[in-house]
Amino acid sequence: MTSAAAANSPVDGVLATASIVLSLLVAVWALVAAVRHRPPDRVQFIGLGVLEVALLVLSVLALVAVGGGDRPGEPGAFFGYLVTLVCLPPLAWVLARMEPTRWGSAIVCAVCLVAPVVVLRLQQTWEVLGG
Amino acid sequence: MVETRPAGRATNAGPGRLLIAVYLLFAIAATSRAGLQIATKFDEAPVAYLLSGVAALIYIVAAVGLARAGHTGRRVALACCSVELVGVVVVGILSLVDKELFPDETVWSQFGSGYGYIPLVLPVLGLIWLWRTRRSPA
Repeated sequence: MTSAAAANSPVDGVLATASIVLSLLVAVWALVAAVRHRPPDRVQFIGLGVLEVALLVLSVLALVAVGGGDRPGEPGAFFGYLVTLVCLPPLAWVLARMEPTRWGSAIVCAVCLVAPVVVLRLQQTWEVLGG
Repeated sequence: MVETRPAGRATNAGPGRLLIAVYLLFAIAATSRAGLQIATKFDEAPVAYLLSGVAALIYIVAAVGLARAGHTGRRVALACCSVELVGVVVVGILSLVDKELFPDETVWSQFGSGYGYIPLVLPVLGLIWLWRTRRSPA
């Protein structure tokens, strides 16, 4: 792809950065809860919900960009990461609901630490050829 | 809702559920990566990609074993964690000694450094957890 495509990466912007920051904030909050022997609280579930909405919007933006003719550098990996990413908050949600102990908070923390990594990989797999 | 606990403590509650969550994450990561590699560029590094596939399979079976709890689940999880530990150590050493053997990264290359060494820690935590939840001798 051209470098112009990379410059207009749909997964590298305010929303992506906000998702990463939000995910890390939820991770820290959940970690504190886990350390204090607290089960997942409303803040964690609301955080997961907002994170999921942000990630879904990010996915729609990416799909719109693809529909508009832009192509990720590594399409297979990109869409793999995209599908994985939007599944992470629901996974944390379900497991946290099943485990109303400190370990539920630990699960939310773990998943919210993985999500930012996946967002970064998403950005890398979009830009790999555009440089 | 009903959980069966025939042998020892359940492996699928408390810290075990966190372990299952991490195993699930690795199952997803390894499966999609291996699937993609095998589907698109298998000829480049068949050994590495087949290994990725095997590792992915083991993560899935380990997660299921821990989640199922019970006697069979424990034995399945025990086998998976053992194979994982041996695999990550052997592949880790081989990938350092002979780089040509694994021209492309696998989950276990360099002791899982590409994944924050979690592939090395995970089976150890799994074995500790299985030991902690074993049936106490009457």
